[in-house]
Amino acid sequence: MQDFPMHDSPMQDSRMQGSRIALAAVGEKRRFGPRWSDIAPLVAIFALALLVPLASNDYWVLIATRAAIYWVLVAGLNLMIGFAGQLAIGYVALLTLGAYTTSVLVAGNVMPPLHPFAALGVAALAGSLFGVLVGLPALRLRTFYFAMSTLGFATIVTQIALAWQSVTGGGIGLPGPELPAPFDSHAGLFYFCLGIAALVTLLTFNLAHSRFGRALIALRDAEVAAEAMGISKPRLLVSVFLLAGAVAALAGGLFASLQTYITPDAFTFDLSVLFFIAVLIGGRGSILGPLLGTVILTLLPEFAAPLAAWSTFLYAVLLLGIVLVAPGGIADLLDRVNRRPLPANRAILPQPALLDPLIAVTSHGAGIALRRIMLSFGGVRAVDGVDLAIPRGQIHGLIGPNGSGKTTTLNLISGYYRPQSGEVTLDDRPLEPGRPETRALSGIARTFQTPRIIGEASVLQNVMIGGSIRGRASFPEAMLSAPRHRADETMLADSAGLALRAVGLGGLADIRADRLQHSELRFLEIARALMTRPCFILLDEPAAGLAPDEIQRLGVLIQEIARRGTGVLLVEHHADLIFAICDQVTVLNLGRVLAAGTPDDIRRHQEVVSAYLG
Amino acid sequence: MLASILASGLAVGAVYALIGITYNTMFQASRVMSFTAGQLGMLGGVFGSALVLRLGLPIIVGLALTLLSCALVGIVTEIVAVRPVLKSLDQHLYVLSTLALALMIQQLVAIEWGTEPRPFPHLFGIGSGGLSDEKFWLPVIACAAVILGLEWLYRHTLVGRAFLAIAEDNFAARALGLPERELRIASFALAGMIGALAGFSGGALLLAFFANGALLNFYGFVPVALGGLGNNRGAVIGGLALGVFQQAANFWVGGIFASIAVFVLFIIVLLAAPQGLFGHHAARRV
Repeated sequence: MQDFPMHDSPMQDSRMQGSRIALAAVGEKRRFGPRWSDIAPLVAIFALALLVPLASNDYWVLIATRAAIYWVLVAGLNLMIGFAGQLAIGYVALLTLGAYTTSVLVAGNVMPPLHPFAALGVAALAGSLFGVLVGLPALRLRTFYFAMSTLGFATIVTQIALAWQSVTGGGIGLPGPELPAPFDSHAGLFYFCLGIAALVTLLTFNLAHSRFGRALIALRDAEVAAEAMGISKPRLLVSVFLLAGAVAALAGGLFASLQTYITPDAFTFDLSVLFFIAVLIGGRGSILGPLLGTVILTLLPEFAAPLAAWSTFLYAVLLLGIVLVAPGGIADLLDRVNRRPLPANRAILPQPALLDPLIAVTSHGAGIALRRIMLSFGGVRAVDGVDLAIPRGQIHGLIGPNGSGKTTTLNLISGYYRPQSGEVTLDDRPLEPGRPETRALSGIARTFQTPRIIGEASVLQNVMIGGSIRGRASFPEAMLSAPRHRADETMLADSAGLALRAVGLGGLADIRADRLQHSELRFLEIARALMTRPCFILLDEPAAGLAPDEIQRLGVLIQEIARRGTGVLLVEHHADLIFAICDQVTVLNLGRVLAAGTPDDIRRHQEVVSAYLG
Repeated sequence: MLASILASGLAVGAVYALIGITYNTMFQASRVMSFTAGQLGMLGGVFGSALVLRLGLPIIVGLALTLLSCALVGIVTEIVAVRPVLKSLDQHLYVLSTLALALMIQQLVAIEWGTEPRPFPHLFGIGSGGLSDEKFWLPVIACAAVILGLEWLYRHTLVGRAFLAIAEDNFAARALGLPERELRIASFALAGMIGALAGFSGGALLLAFFANGALLNFYGFVPVALGGLGNNRGAVIGGLALGVFQQAANFWVGGIFASIAVFVLFIIVLLAAPQGLFGHHAARRV
């Protein structure tokens, strides 16, 4: 391996200049996890709610009970809309389903009457089942289809409730379940619902602050990158649908109990709108916001009685306003107001010495190999019989003019495209084509030509997403904040902090990622890729848009990564960088290998010089 | 009995197909699936009933005013809910903005017109009662007229070809100097009229009822999913098939099963052939 020219001096030089920022992060012990300021408002709201039956009359207890029940549903919906970005617009259907299931089972219309609690349990099970069924389109298709399938489900549930008279009572309806003592009084039912609401809040709060919560946001804002980090969209979404469906149906059962008598009219689409807007007003990716949204939207018609008929219309106006004026929600507006300027003259100062614990290349083998790979889009042969080898510990440069198939080759390795012929192997075993979410576990990480990050999340959280596959705790463990989950969080936060310092972004860990400069995002993506503990790292034009001194530091960083045993595929246009740090170079032109060899071979290659280097 | 299932199935199916074409017409010009499509169908029925039955206007005037009002609603959709979010890459935004507008329309109707279904006038008053009742053949005729009209528009007029060019490649069309914005507005006006025609011709079948909007939103989208986004022929075949299937299931196994069957079929088609049964598979972009 060649050394990058002037390896030492500029590194030390710049380390001096930016020492303030670099030092701020070194040695600081970061306490990660939910902060007290996140928890306190939630505790305060529930503590206040405890006082409602003592301080007011039955009417307000009813309203408060309704708010608690709505929140049980919205808390689950929040994970789906606010975190995963899946627009479930007809979620009232699951409330209806839960209400009817509970009422019918308690009334004994189809089988011997069940105990109300057992009926609530069955309703929750039915809710998860249908939650998944309705969500199936979301696993593969754009969110519009999911919105449609929830709308369709809402349509048919109402039709069935009306038509299935022998069971649901049709338009006449049927009595809701009465809970046993001590929950049969107004205050009793309220405390029961409040207890469930508190439990659901706790569960979703824990999830939101776990690797699953971050992965959901990653799927929402950077789906392609999430897949490259090994996050499986179908698995994660199904878990969320199970949970959200169960709590929505449970809320339905409680709702029926509160109403004492239910008819299809009680479940209008307006309710869906209320749930939906409560999440959006509160802001995406928050628990407190949607909780406040639910409480406010439930109370509002009580205070503005003349407007009650117009409430849904006004909600819709509000929705349109949010979309047009502040698509990021209120949380985003507040953040913009409160942010302090970042230091303007900050520099990215990688500390390659910190890479040691981040890179653990243990296995040995032939590395990644492409054999006679072919892929065409329509009539264009994007990749036309390319051979390529990336051994561990080496830097393989891939260059060529625009449209020569460099990024397509990279996408073939990382599984986004399926080759029409030829195969991609890792240590002589074939890599499954078309399954990008399997690459992280195989030890292959990548960065993107246009950085794909989550703007709303902090830099540290962005990097932690890279470590998703290294978490041990299951979805339920995260929900309950079990010890294994807390160990995961500490491990991920520590190693993300380390990765950030290694690439030179230690001082920016708590900053929202959308405030970073373009060049910093490139290094952020490298830190994120390192979190998977890759044996191979594929870099798609990492130097594009970087200043000369940044390119130079990037070169050193890549060399240090490779020196520790990681194989690197470097797609680049900066010929200087390629020739300075690569062990092997392949030149593509029109999807074919024009030349391959050491940098010296390539530099002397007549065709390459005339066609590309000039 | 078979005849009556076919007659009512084709009639309902034609309404679904027209709503599907409404979706497609807006989609082709903007790549936006708008939740106002079903509401336009609902408005067709409500305006028709209000103008002809309540105000006593002649049918032809009532129809013209209905078409005009819905064209206006289409244009408002474009200005308020589509244009502002077109620049954004985030497709969530158009789902939300068009949904918000659709809800506003629905609520306005619920408040001003009432939440009870109201009767729709007999347009010609022929064949009342039996299978030859106008409520069975009017939607089918309207659907055929719209299909023929669109074919003529797209093939034989300059404006129609410009529509196709925009639908095919927005950037290239603009580069050629086509007035993309005006064409988009025109498309939304056209979509408004098609939706209005769906509601007007199917008025006797569906009545003038505010909740038809959400219903048509879903049942009008099923043909689009079956036929593939932007594929009008697919939407017509899908819509008629859906209508007949629904009526047949209604008759033989009851309404509950019919609803479930349609929904399950919808999910299966989405999962098995997301590009629609008549659509093309699009390569994924990374």
